[in-house]
Amino acid sequence: MEDVSPLKHTPLHALHLSRGARMVPFAGYDMPVQYPEGVLKEHLHTRTAAGVFDVSHMGQILVRPKSGKIEDAALALEKLVPVDVLSLAEGRQRYGLFTNATGGILDDLMIVNRGDHLFLVVNAACKDADFAHLKNGLGSLCDVTMLTDRALIALQGPRAGAVLCELWADVASMRFMDVAEADLHDVSCIISRSGYTGEDGFEISIPTEAAVDVTQRLLEHPDVLPIGLGARDSLRLEAGLCLYGNDIDTSTSPIEAGLEWAIQKSRRADGERAGGFPGADRILAEFTHGVSRRRVGLKPEGRAPVRGGVRLFADAEGNTAAGTVTSGGFGPSVDGPIAMGYVDAEHAETGTRLFAEVRGKFLPVAVSALPFIKQTYKR
Amino acid sequence: MLKFTEEHEWLKIDGDVATVGITEHAAGQLGDLVFVELPEAGSTFSKGDTAATVESVKAASDVYCPLDGEIVEANQAIVDDPSLVNSDPQGAAWFFKLKLADPDAAKALLDEAAYKELVA
Repeated sequence: MEDVSPLKHTPLHALHLSRGARMVPFAGYDMPVQYPEGVLKEHLHTRTAAGVFDVSHMGQILVRPKSGKIEDAALALEKLVPVDVLSLAEGRQRYGLFTNATGGILDDLMIVNRGDHLFLVVNAACKDADFAHLKNGLGSLCDVTMLTDRALIALQGPRAGAVLCELWADVASMRFMDVAEADLHDVSCIISRSGYTGEDGFEISIPTEAAVDVTQRLLEHPDVLPIGLGARDSLRLEAGLCLYGNDIDTSTSPIEAGLEWAIQKSRRADGERAGGFPGADRILAEFTHGVSRRRVGLKPEGRAPVRGGVRLFADAEGNTAAGTVTSGGFGPSVDGPIAMGYVDAEHAETGTRLFAEVRGKFLPVAVSALPFIKQTYKR
Repeated sequence: MLKFTEEHEWLKIDGDVATVGITEHAAGQLGDLVFVELPEAGSTFSKGDTAATVESVKAASDVYCPLDGEIVEANQAIVDDPSLVNSDPQGAAWFFKLKLADPDAAKALLDEAAYKELVA
């Protein structure tokens, strides 16, 4: 049956409409997929200047230790994520994953140490489940609160730093994954130097009542265009970043997904806090014994895009299955089709030639290193 | 004779050959095209068959054969430069020429006024 519940609006909904956005349903929200400039121009503008994205549909969750000690919140959260949260310094952010008992991925998220509490940003489609999962897992030790009174925007691109600097000069001292609280337009915002495009940039949590003002201030800058979900997807794909629900889900382990780097040494076998997260048996065993399939980049040799769901074969006749594409499309900066997907370990080496079944043809694709573009984070 | 389909194709019919493309409305809805796949000359299609494929950054879409017929020519220019479909969809960016099995069948298609009403 079709879902007929009304779509939710972010605090920037009217602003999107006033900018001529084409709106689509996404994770229960009415969201801009593109503006009149179009996906191609929006994508390229983000890579050469700066773009503003509305990501207010994502979940913003506070985890506050009842003891008042941030270590207690960090250790409690470590029971749900294979991440070293304890060593995360105040004012720093780290990528994380909620795993399940079988070592699959429930969601991916950002974890911030805000001094006396943790601040989490989770995917829109998973936020209610994540919130329940956190309440259930940490509720006895921490107060878990979903923030419903804040918008979230991303400012991304090589000009992002200069643009934000005009509202708040101290931004220049921030490095990749730093998080600071700052007044933008006389409103207290939480700013992290991070994003989902492969570019330098910022993600800014803004109180709802000031969201339009701050966003409009950024959009007034001649270097800045509003960017929709269409370009957000092509930008993250070029950057080799996973989209939850496409490239990672409950059927994929962090090791299969190539996300070992998100599991710090302290949580691996022989680490000081080894294991102790859901699915640790499988995930730690995969560090030692390897996996039967891996997430890889895929570069089609021709011009035809190869999209999510397309099957991959080791031979041009389609006799030997080799894997499946999970995300694919056209990379405007690469100026050609790009994709990622899971392939059997024996086909995962960079340079391996595979064949993608598209409309009855078997198109050659090369296993390719990720990302497809050079990331330009300010480290 | 200029005709249209509810699937947003236009046909410019000259004798028993129709030049077929997608409408300005369709091109606008699809957004920036990055790939076009056209049928080979000599191939035959029934009305409603998928005759061509267009892809934007985000998605692939089928272009249907508007009537029964045989492809006599495909427009290589839009394969070489798919953005032509966005800039001149009802002119230089025609897709293929179709030799109609039954030219009279075209009479049942929409005229320009009816199509404009459809997309209004």
